[in-house]
Formats: sequence, C-alpha cells, structure tokens
Amino acid sequence: MATTKRTVEVSLSTTGVDAEGRPQRAPLAVDDSGNLVVVESPPSMEPDLEGEHMLINLGPQHPATHGVLRLVLELDGETVVRCIPHIGYLHCGFEKTGEYRQYNQIIPYTDREDYLNSPGNNVAFSLGAERLFGIEITERCKVLRVIACELSRIISHLVWLGTTCIDIGAYTPFLWAFQQREEVYELFEMWVGARLTTTVTRVGGMAADIPDGFTEKLSAFIHKFPKVVDEIDRVITRNGIWVGRTVGLGVMSPEEAANYGLSGPMGRASGLAFDMRRDFPYLDYETYDFDIPVGTNGDVYDRFLVRMEELRQSTRILAQTLDRLPDGPVNIADHRVILPPKSKATSDMESMIHHFKQVMEGPRPPIGECYVAVESPKGEKGYYMVSDGSSKPVRWRIRPPSFVNLSAIPRMVEGHLLSDVIAINASIDIVMGEIDR
Amino acid sequence: MSTGFIPVVSGSALGSSAPAPASPKNVPQRGGAANPSAEALRQRFGAAIKVVDVVWGETTVVVDRASVHDMIQWLHDDPTQRYDYLSDVTAVEFRDLEQPLEVVWHLRSLPYRRFLRLKIQLERGTALEVPSVWDIYKSADWLERECFDMFGIRFEGHPDLRRILMWERYREGYPLRKDFPLRGRFSRSEQLRQALAANPEARYSKEELSIADAFDDLPNDMQRRLSTGERTGE
Repeated sequence: MATTKRTVEVSLSTTGVDAEGRPQRAPLAVDDSGNLVVVESPPSMEPDLEGEHMLINLGPQHPATHGVLRLVLELDGETVVRCIPHIGYLHCGFEKTGEYRQYNQIIPYTDREDYLNSPGNNVAFSLGAERLFGIEITERCKVLRVIACELSRIISHLVWLGTTCIDIGAYTPFLWAFQQREEVYELFEMWVGARLTTTVTRVGGMAADIPDGFTEKLSAFIHKFPKVVDEIDRVITRNGIWVGRTVGLGVMSPEEAANYGLSGPMGRASGLAFDMRRDFPYLDYETYDFDIPVGTNGDVYDRFLVRMEELRQSTRILAQTLDRLPDGPVNIADHRVILPPKSKATSDMESMIHHFKQVMEGPRPPIGECYVAVESPKGEKGYYMVSDGSSKPVRWRIRPPSFVNLSAIPRMVEGHLLSDVIAINASIDIVMGEIDR
Repeated sequence: MSTGFIPVVSGSALGSSAPAPASPKNVPQRGGAANPSAEALRQRFGAAIKVVDVVWGETTVVVDRASVHDMIQWLHDDPTQRYDYLSDVTAVEFRDLEQPLEVVWHLRSLPYRRFLRLKIQLERGTALEVPSVWDIYKSADWLERECFDMFGIRFEGHPDLRRILMWERYREGYPLRKDFPLRGRFSRSEQLRQALAANPEARYSKEELSIADAFDDLPNDMQRRLSTGERTGE
C-alpha cells in the first residue's frame, strides 16, 4: 500500500457502517501521486488497552487529600487496583522534642498535632500526666474538661462535615458548618484567648477558669446549634447526589474494623460498638447520659450519619455539664505541681519557692508509666508516658487514631472508582498533623 | 441505604453494669488488682512470664521474646480473653543506657473491656529483632513500620517493613533512639545541601513503576539507578 508516514492524521473518511449502524472511520493518507486514499488499518494497529494499568499520583499537594497525603494509585481504567499511601511530609518529631520538655511544656505541642481537636488533646495529655503524678483533679475541673472535649468534638466534626461536603460537591453545608465552628471558636477565645491552639489545660488543673458570661453564651449555642444540624441534615441526608456518592463505599465489617484497629466514628459506623467514653471511661463520662450511634453497613454514608448523631449527642452532654457545673477551685491545692497564684508568689515565701522550683526544674512524677486514652473525634487517642523520676518524660508516645484509621485505606479503596477514593479518604477524617506528628 | 442506628446507651441507663471509673482515685501507684488475663497467661505460659506489675491500675506483663507471638495469638483467639483490638505498638529506650530497650504492645479486649500491656526487654548488644504480629492484627502494619522507622527494631514476618515517617533514603539512623541528637546528625546547611542534591525525577520506587509497566519506558540511566535500589525522592 502506497502510504507515507507523514500523512497519518490528515483527515478521516467514512468507509461504511458497522454492524450496529455506526459510521466507520478510517484515516486518510496521501499516496505518491498526491491523491487521498483510505488507510487500511490492520485490526491490531490501535494497542489493546485492556489489562493495561495506569499509575496516578494523588497528592501530596491536593486539596481533597486533606493535607499532605500522597496516594499512589494503580488504575485499571477508572478502577483502583492498588493503593500505596505515602505519609511523613509533616513529620516534626513531636515525640522526640517531648523528651526534652517538662510536662507542662509539652501541652502546647499537643495543640499542634490534631489541630482540630486541640482542647481534647490538652485534656488527654493532662489526664495522662496526672495519672503519672497520681493527682486527683477537682470536680469543677472535670466538668470544665468535659466541656472542652465536647466543644472540640463539635469543631472537628463540623470541619469534617464541611470539607467532606465540598469534596463530594455540596458547598452550602460547608458555610453553615463553618459559621457554627466560628461560634465555638469564639467561646474558646473568651476562655483562654486563643482559638486554634488553645493549651486549655495544665497538669493538675486548667489554664483559666471560665470567664463571666461563658455559660450564658454556651447555653445559647447549645440552644441554637441543633437547629443548624437539623438544617444540614435536611439538605444532605436524603439528597440523591449525596446518597449516591456515599452509600456502599469503603465497607468494613465489624470484625475487620477491630482487626484493622479502626476506632471512633470509623469503627462505630462499621458496627463496632466501641467508645472510650463508655468502655474505658474517664472524667466521669459514665455519669453522663448520651447515646453512642453505631452504624450497620460500615460505608461512607454510615460514617456521615454517625458523626451527625455525635454532634447532637455532644450538645446533649454539654447541656448536662451546664446543669451540674459545681463551684469550687479549678486547680488542685498542691503547689508542688501547679503554680500558685501570682499574687501569692510575690508575697509568700513558700509560694515563691514553689514557683521557682516549678519554672526552673518542673514537677517530677514518680518512676512509672501510664497509657491514657480518650475518645477524640477521630477515635482512640492515647498518650503513653514513661517517667524515670526526672521532670521530663523518658518517652512520650502519641497513639494517633487517624494514623491507624488511614492505614486501612488500601483495603477500603481497592476495587472502587478513582472519584470514590476522594469520598472514602474524606470519610476517614484524617488530620495529617496527627498522622505525621 | 442505611436503615439507621443501633442505639447503644451509656450513662445512667447502663445501671449496675457500668464499669468502674478509670480515674486514679483510690488506686495505689503499685500493687493494685491485676488484670485477670495476667494470671491466665501465667498459668498457660508459666516461665515465659517474667514480671507482672500493676502501675496506677494498669497491668504490665513482661514476657520472654521467644513466646510473645504465641501469647498474643492466644490472647486474640482464646474465648475467655478475646483481645481483638491492638491499640499500639511502640518501644521505649531509657536515658540510662544500661537498661534494656523495651518493646510494648497495648492490647484491648473489647468484649470484656480489658486493657493489657505486654512488654519484652531487649538487652543491650542483642539484635533488635522481635516477631511481628501483623498476621494477627492488620493494624500492626503501620505501627510496626513506625517503630522500625523510629527505633530500628526489625519485626520478623512483617511483609513490608519500610520507613514510614522518614523518607526511604534517610540514612541518619533512628530518630527516637537516645544516641540520636535532638537536632539531627547533620547541620542545617548540610541537610539543605542533601535535599537540594536529591534527584527529583525518580519519584517512584521500582515496584510502583512496574505496576504500570512504566519502568521499561524510563531512560537507561534512571533504570540503572532504580534497579540498584537507589531512591532519590519521596
């Protein structure tokens, strides 16, 4: 056949119709004498794409990966065959730094790991340090800490809800959620002056008691907030697009969820009725009345439902804290552990010594170790601390819930479409600051 | 579509079945009531249990390295124990370098609401090798990789023991070991020089490229570098 190489894609000619009536197209070429001729392509001219896999790199700089997560995906067409996650882009060595810091100096680091749950991390760390020191905190402090934990759960779930809505294509709930989050941040600003990195606790107490007007503002929020949750619920829970993009994705059975170490809403959506607040209670959570939503299908939609219900239950717990908030001191009386009031430190000799010793040396726990875990919005957040009797821990280990939850992502996305990877990844509720630490 | 929740109640509705509060109130620093699983382990494994210690109400069982995998398997499988949830795998190195390095497993039994800490001690000068529990708990995958990355402990039987938080060509050692300086082994300028000298083209490992048959399409020099195991970027 007299064709030249330079003419492969000059034009297309219709050479007839195929068995289904569609026109068949064939490339035209120019022969030696300048005439257009139809190129008779052999059947194998186009490479067979079946079985050919494509490699795609999702992240690390992709807004839908919620941080610097990189997923290397092997695709067959649009179906994910294999997923290899890469993490560590945000590794800061918090655990190493903590070995060189006193216990109270570590609390600001806990703000910065899971930065959507800063108050909850502060509480978790302080609980661990207090167990190491053998301290029993005051009743008012316990209730204040429950308020801090539940408010930060609301923040974290609202950010999850808003960003996941954007990932899946709904913009309005994002605005509603972030508006409510702003209200919670205003409460924290009132309380400790900071919004994101609160450092709200100290070993043996709190950074500050709640200010005047805090409880009124909190009860106004509790009154208003469920209506917004209901509104978001009305907009997306029965929304066809939302349901279609979330149901049946990333399903984990209860046994698998336990085996993969899933905790928090991830585990509960899979039917694993495991909540640290109920099963291994702390801060007298066993005395609060709240329901723990447990899903049945273990898919992305159930994780959404569980988190929506947890927003309501957190509000319910907050209402109970306001009813029972006792008067009394916030900090323990032992000034070997917690700083005396500044006025006493400048007027009383013993208080000045306590002040000096704490600032210069730091309080020293007895030799021992403890693992204290709390129910963070992501799951079981644990701090494992080992003391050798000095004022700095030998080892400060963070058990990050979203690290363990994320490790199951290859199991969850393989076999799904590329666009579903975004929805499944969003449903894990990862915070890379906590995963990379 | 989901049919809704199975509501699980908490608080006062639990009544007398509510577990005791896990606060240190009235818990002695040492010598509280031990987790019954510790006694069960001692009956079954005998001499392999070295120490049972209760610190602030948490039971720590120090065991022999050779039998730790069998114990965790038994704790996982036995119907009277059912430790179906692995919370954490980590290691501890003490400032006193005479003390052995410890590898710690935190196990939870969700049906019985129990918490147990298993520990082995690796004496100085011995190989840092412990059996992997990946075949029992899939959650051990990343936790063991992190422990290897940070302490250099090799988990035998782990299918993919690579660095996870540090990049794979990281050659400065294991950051959480006590002989590792807080600011790293190299100066800031040397670290910057190494980062800039890294070749950004080879972003994938050979395995990742082979899944897309892309390895054969690479230039020859890059193929050669990758096949010697050289990784230039992560």
